[in-house]
Amino acid sequence: MQTLSFNPLYPFETLEIPFDDWVEVVFDWVANARPVFQAIRQPIDWVLEGITDLLLFLPPGLMIVLLALVAWQVVGGRLALGTALSLFFVGLIGAYEQSMVTLALVLTAVFFCTAIGVPLGILAARSDRFETGLRPVLDTMQTTPAFVYLVPIVVLFGIGNVPGVIVTIIFAVAPLIRLTNLGIRQVPKDVIEAANAFGASGRQLLFKVQLPLATKTIMAGVNQSLMLALSMVVIASMISVGGLGQMVLRGIGRLDMGLAVIGGVGIVVLAIVLDRMTQALASSERERGGRRFVERGPIGLVRGLTAGRSASAAAAATQRGG
Amino acid sequence: MTDKITVEHLYKIFGPDPEEALALIREGLDKDEIFARTGNTVGVRDASFTVKEGEIFVIMGLSGSGKSTMVRMFNRLIEPSSGSITVDGRDITKLDEAGLRDLRRTTISMVFQSFALLPHIKVIDNVAFGLELAGMGREERRERALAALEQVGLAANAESYPDELSGGMQQRVGLARALAADPPILLMDEAFSALDPLIRSEMQDELIRLQEEKKRTIIFISHDLDEAMRIGDRIAIMQGGVVVQVGSPDEILKNPANEYVRSFFRGVDISKVLTAADIATKTQVTIIDKPEQGPRAALRLLGDFDREYGFVIGRGRRFAGVVSLASLEQARRDDAPLDAALMPETATVLPTAPLHELMGVVATSPHPVPVVDEQGRYRGVVSRTSLLQALDNLPAESAPVEADAVAPVAAAGE
Repeated sequence: MQTLSFNPLYPFETLEIPFDDWVEVVFDWVANARPVFQAIRQPIDWVLEGITDLLLFLPPGLMIVLLALVAWQVVGGRLALGTALSLFFVGLIGAYEQSMVTLALVLTAVFFCTAIGVPLGILAARSDRFETGLRPVLDTMQTTPAFVYLVPIVVLFGIGNVPGVIVTIIFAVAPLIRLTNLGIRQVPKDVIEAANAFGASGRQLLFKVQLPLATKTIMAGVNQSLMLALSMVVIASMISVGGLGQMVLRGIGRLDMGLAVIGGVGIVVLAIVLDRMTQALASSERERGGRRFVERGPIGLVRGLTAGRSASAAAAATQRGG
Repeated sequence: MTDKITVEHLYKIFGPDPEEALALIREGLDKDEIFARTGNTVGVRDASFTVKEGEIFVIMGLSGSGKSTMVRMFNRLIEPSSGSITVDGRDITKLDEAGLRDLRRTTISMVFQSFALLPHIKVIDNVAFGLELAGMGREERRERALAALEQVGLAANAESYPDELSGGMQQRVGLARALAADPPILLMDEAFSALDPLIRSEMQDELIRLQEEKKRTIIFISHDLDEAMRIGDRIAIMQGGVVVQVGSPDEILKNPANEYVRSFFRGVDISKVLTAADIATKTQVTIIDKPEQGPRAALRLLGDFDREYGFVIGRGRRFAGVVSLASLEQARRDDAPLDAALMPETATVLPTAPLHELMGVVATSPHPVPVVDEQGRYRGVVSRTSLLQALDNLPAESAPVEADAVAPVAAAGE
């Protein structure tokens, strides 16, 4: 074996750190904790199964009507119509089932993003030290290319929909944490002081003042997480996640332009509908004319009808009585 | 009046090492030296005073004088570094978390300069906020909140949101929120400073009115001397974290403790601060109206003291009227009693009338204007000379309130 002498002009011909080997060693060691990672899979599995079953249980015709009703309730009539038409179109081009699978994956990911992100955001808002420690972690999560952590995720969690959700969570949770932190820190100091002056406990301060005043910002974070989760759909399909992403991936693999575009259209439709809904959730009841949630949309309609009927029944009763 | 709050040797040090700064303070170093040596800022330094039950106690000072720090120590939004604050005999600096929350919910509430209302809930829920924190049920707290809103005249706006109201109305909501739990002590941190002058004086009147309905102990922070004089029963003046003087507005006005205090009063419109009672003199000839006394004795008295007018006082120092040399001469000629010599339509002023309301009366009256209180009792006179001296803002020299330096006739008559 020829040994080269050290040349300062070409230092890397003799010097080398076996960084990849180190990573492997560390990783092998972490992989010993596989049972822990399998345990993490469980709750995600349950939620995902539940949502998928729910979405695929109803026949498509009924499901589209139901989703349109939800859109009506949350936003308004126009989005309801748009939702119904675009989902119908997605069904016509043959991507209905895949859309529902993707919807379930995305909703599961956002559910866990919220469950993890909001508490972490609250902690970050309460402690400067925690925030300082958290920030580089969030930066790393947001900037590391998803392909890089696909491999360890597969090693630790295997392949399929659940690891796909986990990859999506890692990618999508950061903005929610950041915006929750920001929203709570932006609550005016004088309002906090007033709440304290009237004897608020820490818990009361959080739930009656900080979270309500940060809601808009937090919902913007949820919206961001949702959009990022949707953008992860195709990459996640590389670890054998089903749904629209799989269609796009297969389209790319086979150079099947039609298939790829069908998948793409489905993702865009979902993105638009979900975006409008979460944005509407962020605006307060007051900004929408002061009508309470139960007083508008289909629920309001039904309530109005039943109230009207009982009122007229009562009126008829008094007439008979009189 | 009993003492409601007693502050003793209260200190507040901001910074990394309050203990070190406290030690240096005891050595007698001043604020700047302490900051240079330790990086600590002295917020409040050795404050001791008492606040009496039911009074409006104004803490006044320029910005940075420590007044906002001081008021926040009364409910421990800022923790004192040393010293004690005793409320109803209980040292609140020793309260634990639960005790402190209880104190804030039931005993001491606060009104803020920036209103600090919760923007996402309605006015009535803002007012009920303190009660909600205390765990009161929805119906009861809304009822009490509505009652508090009625006190400040905003019951009609209960279902509005704070940002739909004007600044003055928002601060009324802030006041109602503080009144909702009916606490005996109110802290008001520059509560009216953010309002425009007209609304501000309206709110001051409102506060005085509320205070008449129910006596609360109010600690009011202000940088506005007119406001302090207008509403304050007593004023504490702070300078660089030190309470330099405590006293009634008059006391401070007449005897400012130092140049800083005096500088506060330089711009004061004295004609709005001093009242007739403050400058009334009793050096005029007063004639006691007894049945047997005729105009002759009165004429002699006026002659003895070389005065043209005499002030006739009946039983119980009741003011009867003014007589002049001419009217007495006429009565003597007619052989009429003293009453016949009283001049018709004598103008009088109330002791509470501010000086600027006196000018017209004093200028047009031929004789010094008698000050007569609501019970009709004679309290002295305001002459043109004494009014001008007072308006000249020379409290040290005019010495207008020295009563009865010469009170010859009153003594002679009795």
